[in-house]
Amino acid sequence: MRSFFDFLLRIHFLLLFILIEVFSFILLVNNNNYQQSSVVNFSRQFSGRYYSRISNVKQYLSLEEENKKLAEENIRLLNLLESSINKNRDIYGNIVDSLTNQQYTYITAQVVNNSISKKHNFLTLNKGYASGIKPEMAIISQDGVVGIVKGVSRNYSTVISLLNFDFKISSKIKKNDFFGSLSWDGTNYRYATLKEIPLHADVQIGDTIITSGFSSIYPEGIVIGYISDFEEKTGSFYEIKVKLSVDFKKLKNVYVVRDLLQKEKIELEEQTQ
Amino acid sequence: MKAIPRYIINFVVLVALQIFLFNNIQLGGYINPYIYILFILILPFNTPKWLLLVVGFFLGFSIDLFSNTIGMHTSATVFLAFLRPFILKIIAPREGYESETFPTVKYYGINWFLKYAVILVIAHHAFLFYIEVFRFSDFFSTLLRVILSSIFSLTMIIIGQYFYRKEKRR
Repeated sequence: MRSFFDFLLRIHFLLLFILIEVFSFILLVNNNNYQQSSVVNFSRQFSGRYYSRISNVKQYLSLEEENKKLAEENIRLLNLLESSINKNRDIYGNIVDSLTNQQYTYITAQVVNNSISKKHNFLTLNKGYASGIKPEMAIISQDGVVGIVKGVSRNYSTVISLLNFDFKISSKIKKNDFFGSLSWDGTNYRYATLKEIPLHADVQIGDTIITSGFSSIYPEGIVIGYISDFEEKTGSFYEIKVKLSVDFKKLKNVYVVRDLLQKEKIELEEQTQ
Repeated sequence: MKAIPRYIINFVVLVALQIFLFNNIQLGGYINPYIYILFILILPFNTPKWLLLVVGFFLGFSIDLFSNTIGMHTSATVFLAFLRPFILKIIAPREGYESETFPTVKYYGINWFLKYAVILVIAHHAFLFYIEVFRFSDFFSTLLRVILSSIFSLTMIIIGQYFYRKEKRR
């Protein structure tokens, strides 16, 4: 204790100096507006930084709740989005084909089940007869031909994919109208085979293959794919390898094509027979 | 003890000079001479250290009261009083300070006094001006003010010393 007092005595000059200087500064800050505001600003900056740190930590702790709120808000907003509302409401758009005088309407649908690895691949769509879908309707995507509706329930329909042994589609080369039959050979899901193109047709790699419109299922001119390879087969015909324009592996949104005049056409054909 | 009245007169004269004369001298916004610190400079060698601080406090405070800058001169002058013993020790002549002498030109010559005064005046002015601007963003313009004002104050202080000398001789 005594040595402590000795120590104090030894540094009494420094202590007194600090004491008086601190007192002077208190006087300074309390009596001069400029210095006062400087000190206040400085301390406010300091405390502001401190408080923002604290609130950062607090935010982190309440992150889970915050996330939940955001997710709920997201869902609410998603439901307000046009695309969500339209999910169960169909858009009918009229396209008048002036060449064949046929009228088609389109229904949007989404693929809810899909396969590409089997020999007989089917798709399932989230629309059924409640939305006006019937068997034998064509399914296309924005890239090209997808398949044909086979079975329909109230809210779902199954589609014979282009990647199916049973699927054959009447198609033609866009630039010269030579038509043939396109089918899938069951190996690579990116390629199909076009047959019955005569040897005298001008065929080149890269040519576009489109639907012919003969079947009355598909409108004319829908893209199927592009020629990637061709060879002579069976005497007078080419066997053409077509790279499909639709990537079935990432197929999501499709359109159901409704041919409004199909019934009339079929009735007429039946009468004629 | 008998010197106390003389120091009181010194004090009053210097404070009055500072307030009425030198506070009104502001040359070009850079030069503000502060000569009142002469009082601290010429206190006797054997002044107790604590008394230096107390005197410094009251001297600065008197100036502050009249220049409306409470705390500014006070802190600077206390700082000056705090430095004085150390500076005196550093620049002490080889044979030390004789008793019955004062830290003035008269006893230790102009060279010694100049060394002594330059260090303390610059220290005081620097402290004062940086306290006044209260930030370091204008560091160099403040430094210029410190240097110019110190030169002016020093000149005044030296001249004052010669006045003292003559007075004493009479």
